[in-house]
Amino acid sequence: MKLTEKDVDNVAVLSRLSIPQEEKAKYMKQIDDFLEYGDVLQQVDTQGVEPMAHILPLKNVFRPDEVKPSLDRKLALSNAPEQEDGYFVVPQIIE
Amino acid sequence: MDLHKKSAHELHDLLVRKEIKAAEITDNYLKCIEKAQLAINAYTTVLAEKAKEQAVAVDEKIAQGEKIGFLAGIPGAIKDNICTLGIKTTCSSKILADFVPPYDASVVKKLKDASAVFLGKTNLDEFAMGGSTETSAFGTTHNPWNTNYVPGGSSGGSAAAVAAGMAAWSLGSDTGGSIRQPASYCGVVGLKPTYGRVSRYGLIAYASSLDQIGPLTRDVEDSAHLLNIIAGHDAMDSTCASEAVPDYTKSLVEDVKGLKIGLPAEYFVDGMDEDVKAAIDKAVSDYRSLGAEIVDISLPHTKYAIASYYLIACAEAATNLSRYDGVSYGARVEGDDIISMMTNTRTQKFGAEVKRRIMIGNYALSEGYYDAYYLKALKVRRLIKEDYDKAFEKVDVILAPVAPTPAYEIGSIISDPLQMYLQDICTVPLNLAGLPAISLRCGTSKGGLPIGMQLIGKAFDEPTIIKAAYTYEQGKDFYKEVAEVSK
Repeated sequence: MKLTEKDVDNVAVLSRLSIPQEEKAKYMKQIDDFLEYGDVLQQVDTQGVEPMAHILPLKNVFRPDEVKPSLDRKLALSNAPEQEDGYFVVPQIIE
Repeated sequence: MDLHKKSAHELHDLLVRKEIKAAEITDNYLKCIEKAQLAINAYTTVLAEKAKEQAVAVDEKIAQGEKIGFLAGIPGAIKDNICTLGIKTTCSSKILADFVPPYDASVVKKLKDASAVFLGKTNLDEFAMGGSTETSAFGTTHNPWNTNYVPGGSSGGSAAAVAAGMAAWSLGSDTGGSIRQPASYCGVVGLKPTYGRVSRYGLIAYASSLDQIGPLTRDVEDSAHLLNIIAGHDAMDSTCASEAVPDYTKSLVEDVKGLKIGLPAEYFVDGMDEDVKAAIDKAVSDYRSLGAEIVDISLPHTKYAIASYYLIACAEAATNLSRYDGVSYGARVEGDDIISMMTNTRTQKFGAEVKRRIMIGNYALSEGYYDAYYLKALKVRRLIKEDYDKAFEKVDVILAPVAPTPAYEIGSIISDPLQMYLQDICTVPLNLAGLPAISLRCGTSKGGLPIGMQLIGKAFDEPTIIKAAYTYEQGKDFYKEVAEVSK
């Protein structure tokens, strides 16, 4: 086992997920199975190999800086769980 | 006239010759949907009224003597992770169950400009994470050839709809095989274009460096026509390529004489189903008799592709799905403070597979593990791409199975995620390399299920794989079959 229950707790917090006690063992085993399998990568000699995050040889993609219409505010808010006066409403953040 | 069995190009010809009205075609498909939806569950949303209106509008154009384009009045379906203005786009997730996009994906815009008819939105694995459509929050889709079997995934609804005569064409998305594998399991043609060939604007992101939209169709001819419509640069997607778009229908010619077809030893894995092996062997010998030259090749890093793919895809998914926080759109589950609101929302509204992948991704990206997992996976990704570069110095296309087995029984491996991931050995490597591939039927298992092969091409060389696929298909008739389903 690579993973401990504490690792599962930590990664759940990072993921903004809450894993109930009765499901923890299941997730731990499933994620651990994959990570054990993933160790196959350690057999590959990657000395001097550049990581490849993206397949296209793109650097920055520029366009002219022109003012154009964008999504209407009403439409942008149309799926908001809660809104008020043209803003998204969230639970209080600052005391 | 069995309209639901016809390809899009056959329907187009009937419309042009005024032998039928677009409204009749759409009505016929809607009837087929009504008949088969309960047994297949291909659709998450059916747009009966809107589809009829679109069809009538095309009939009016024809009546006024207007010349119509290829897809005008031809009814199809859109995978439910592609945004449609004013029409629910759920990603087959509870978190987006009521999401109504305020804009169209660029591909949808293009299809609307082509006067296509939209029958509805098709079911998928939640957020396109899965290979069987079993992770959908709205029930699994069933394989039309045997409803106890999976249709494949994640574009299972799109593949099943075309296979069962519930749509003449459909769009899917392919991150690690999600167009090609369900196409293979359902016996239709699936095309995964080169990364960047088709705009991803409005495709709900799973793994942004791998995702690509493509068509699922009855035959190769329809596939070329659909790609003509959806390919091309789009200012709304900065990763969309500016390479010129050729007319793909020019590749609909029978000619593989002297074509060098590579067979990668590593794709013929241990434990491969005998029927799959036999079907692929037969396809290879057919190509040889058609005049192609078969070349044995090696892609030595293939065995590392699944680990590399899942680490990269999960890392990107963890990042992409962090936007589902109950604030700007999607479901919200209340909590005592903002953190508990976000946590409650994600915990109650994401399914198990999505949670698993987010956690794997965040683990691989976290301090202390980043170098060993995520960074290592990115380095191996380059080696996998270089394998293809070397192979394509010797061959024009690569022929391989799409999956080691035909479709499997619903429920048979879903409880073992690693086993599910291992099924993707033949499809994920080329997503890592961004290459195009077309999946088409090349046989039938003893159990009566379709078997597919894939032809992999060089980047932006869709013309060559389309030509090779078209040539093969002309000598066959099994692709014309449509599964007859009724409740």
